[in-house]
Amino acid sequence: MSKRIEKDQARFRSIIRGRVKKNLKKYITHGELIGKKGKDFVSIPIHQVNIPKFRHDPQKSGGVGQGEGEKGTPVGKADEAGQGQAGAAPGQHILEVDVSLDELADMLAEELELPNIQPKGQKNIESDKKVYTGISQAGPESLRHFKHTFKRALRRHISAGTYDPKNPIIVPVREDRRYRTWKVKDEPVAKALIIYMMDVSGSMGEEQKEIVRLESFWIDTWLQRQYKNLETRYIIHDAVAHLVDKETFYTTRESGGTIISSAYKMAQEMIELEFPLDEWNIYLFHFSDGDNWGESDTNTCFSILEESLLPAANLFCYGQVESPYGSGQFIKDLKGKFPEEEKLVLSEIADKEAIYNSIKEFLGKGK
Amino acid sequence: MNLPSEYIKWKDEIQEYAEGYGLDFFETIFELITYEEINYIASYGGFPIRYTHWRFGMQYEELSKSYAYGLSKIYEMVINNDPCYAYLMKSNQMVDQKLVMAHVYAHCDFFKNNMYFSKTNRKMIDNMANHATRVERHIDRYGAENVENFIDACLSIENLIDPHSVFNVSAQDFPDENQAGKKANSHHFRFHSEKEYLESFINPPDVLARKRKEWKDKKDLTEKKIPVEPQQDVLAFLLEYAPLEQWQYDVLSIIRDEAYYFAPQGQTKIMNEGWATYWHSKIMTTKVLSDAEIIDYADHHSGTVAASPGQLNPYRLGVELLKDIEERWNKGKFGKDYDECDDYLEKKSWDKKLGLGREKIFEVRRLYNDVMFIDAFLTPEFVSEHLLFTYAHNATSGHYEISEREFKQVKHKLLQGLTNWGQPFIFVEDGNFLNRGELLLRHRHEGIDLNVNEAKDTLKNLFTIWNRPVNLESILGEKQVRFVFDGQEHTIKNIE
Repeated sequence: MSKRIEKDQARFRSIIRGRVKKNLKKYITHGELIGKKGKDFVSIPIHQVNIPKFRHDPQKSGGVGQGEGEKGTPVGKADEAGQGQAGAAPGQHILEVDVSLDELADMLAEELELPNIQPKGQKNIESDKKVYTGISQAGPESLRHFKHTFKRALRRHISAGTYDPKNPIIVPVREDRRYRTWKVKDEPVAKALIIYMMDVSGSMGEEQKEIVRLESFWIDTWLQRQYKNLETRYIIHDAVAHLVDKETFYTTRESGGTIISSAYKMAQEMIELEFPLDEWNIYLFHFSDGDNWGESDTNTCFSILEESLLPAANLFCYGQVESPYGSGQFIKDLKGKFPEEEKLVLSEIADKEAIYNSIKEFLGKGK
Repeated sequence: MNLPSEYIKWKDEIQEYAEGYGLDFFETIFELITYEEINYIASYGGFPIRYTHWRFGMQYEELSKSYAYGLSKIYEMVINNDPCYAYLMKSNQMVDQKLVMAHVYAHCDFFKNNMYFSKTNRKMIDNMANHATRVERHIDRYGAENVENFIDACLSIENLIDPHSVFNVSAQDFPDENQAGKKANSHHFRFHSEKEYLESFINPPDVLARKRKEWKDKKDLTEKKIPVEPQQDVLAFLLEYAPLEQWQYDVLSIIRDEAYYFAPQGQTKIMNEGWATYWHSKIMTTKVLSDAEIIDYADHHSGTVAASPGQLNPYRLGVELLKDIEERWNKGKFGKDYDECDDYLEKKSWDKKLGLGREKIFEVRRLYNDVMFIDAFLTPEFVSEHLLFTYAHNATSGHYEISEREFKQVKHKLLQGLTNWGQPFIFVEDGNFLNRGELLLRHRHEGIDLNVNEAKDTLKNLFTIWNRPVNLESILGEKQVRFVFDGQEHTIKNIE
């Protein structure tokens, strides 16, 4: 059977992608995508594309069903009923479209006009790219080079005088065969490290964490697209810092006070020990509600930033989520201390809607 | 064709049983195919080749996914064509294949004998392939995007046809693309004359001139309004009067052809499935099943006729109603005496041993469609025995809820859902509305408002075809309104 349907399917998928792209802003600010993340792709729920027709208003039409039940017994939700009914309007189906993370990142880039990142520093070598470069006399049959083989055979036939232009049959023999060969090419691939730091003190609520979770999902997606080699570390802190896994990062809730420098110190140590600066592009993200324990700790933060974190990092992004308890002082202090610093990006995220702009602020620099 | 010998043996045997019961069908060709192929063909509405369009791809995506997740599986598919084509899925058990074969023969019998199918094209497989080629040609010349957009617009109004017009002789044989424009010339004023030298005597020039003038006067008078009478076949009206390019004319007439081909299947869904279910169960249980197969058969048969709560299964309703008719005509439970009897017990045990049941259901399958079927044979006893109810939307809870079990209401709702496939009646009222070449449609409101958003989108698509502002008169919340789309924006005007 032919592949006619595959052409139609491909066309349908591209229509769907167009829709996803159009509604990307909605997806960015809603959590529904994260739960649908697979290894390399996300399933995006989307309403079936309906061809509009003159139809009755389903809520006004009702219908006939079969089964037990008193008057007033519910028989189905508004979107579900009507499907089994002969001749009635078709129900709204939800389709799940799989979009690869790379594709999603590209859509994000297009939507937010994100520049590509120019990786800095030395690149480390990843050596597994095969490039077909030449021709050899031996090789697997699957790589036999038809044109070269034919030419050799033709040449042999002509020089042996067995070539008949009226009946140009060419029979290649063992010696005529030529095969493609490859070389393994070393390809430099840039490596990147992301360190997420988050304040989990009592003043950070569920809503604040949700914002961080959404924002980091999109940051991950984008950086993944830019760097093949990506390492991620998660640090939570209240008065002390802990290195945790992703799960814990988003679920932990402490009640202590806030000493931001504890997290900065831990990041600093981690970079010094594990991630040589000439090999790694380093991205630091810190989310907090802006409440810090006293001016002296804020000063400690400044000196760590100034001496080690800012010089080491490609970007240091500080996102301040609004919370009913926090004073929001920290972002002002940072602004006052480093008014000219290019690597430091500050963003205030008031609510979910603000995630969109915040991502743009963080990633819009192309670093 | 590619059937293994065991299949051929069963096919021949089941065909014999079916013929023995008096079923009469076109030659039926079974093809054994994989689930991928069946999903692919099902996406094309049962045809191996259709014109290219994304909605088929959408159906394929949906079918493939729901098959992969084990949510649904297509058991049978059969095409109204001569010969009939039917598909069997390779991975099914033999007992399923037998069930499908029996079911299919009954469908073929229905296609061949039911009156509403009598005007359908029986070479539709070829026709569909031709449509595909024609659309392909237009795509090559005018670009995929142009053609796709136009098809989208046409599909938006594909339901605006008049399924009964095929029985109306004058509305038939709409000129196809080659004859477009070349409509009746002066020939129909002449009497036929064999000999040329007689021409001036049989058709004197002055008489011809007079007749032509009379015709023209009359035409001028009636053509002031187009159409003369409101016309339900909106597609035909557009073919005749919309400013279409040749290729657009062709695409629209393809969509219209296919809509008419599929129309009877929508008009007889309950009966057709009921009929096929009736016969597969009769043939399987009386002739074909072996002891070992009975459990699987019962499992799958009950799946076919299962009533999911709150929904109406056309297979079940159809087969139960047919059985009910058979029983009533066997026992003579019809006619004046029976209707006028008001003794419950006497009615219940009524049996005149007439034995007319089988004959009656054959008559029903020949002459009825779903609307007539329900109208004539749904009885209060049936409604209460089969627990039928009507449901309505409850705005407070957001649910559909059971509202009535009364016979009259159930029948009314059921008929409402079946008349015109449960879709609104839309007519072309005026092709030169306000004397500005605008199109005016009218929705014949029968108690249910239109879905406003969809109506707007549909008007927008209609504008693509008509190229001038399009209007639709309807009723919204008991107010007379007119939807207008002028190419830029939508308005809904209140009119009195």
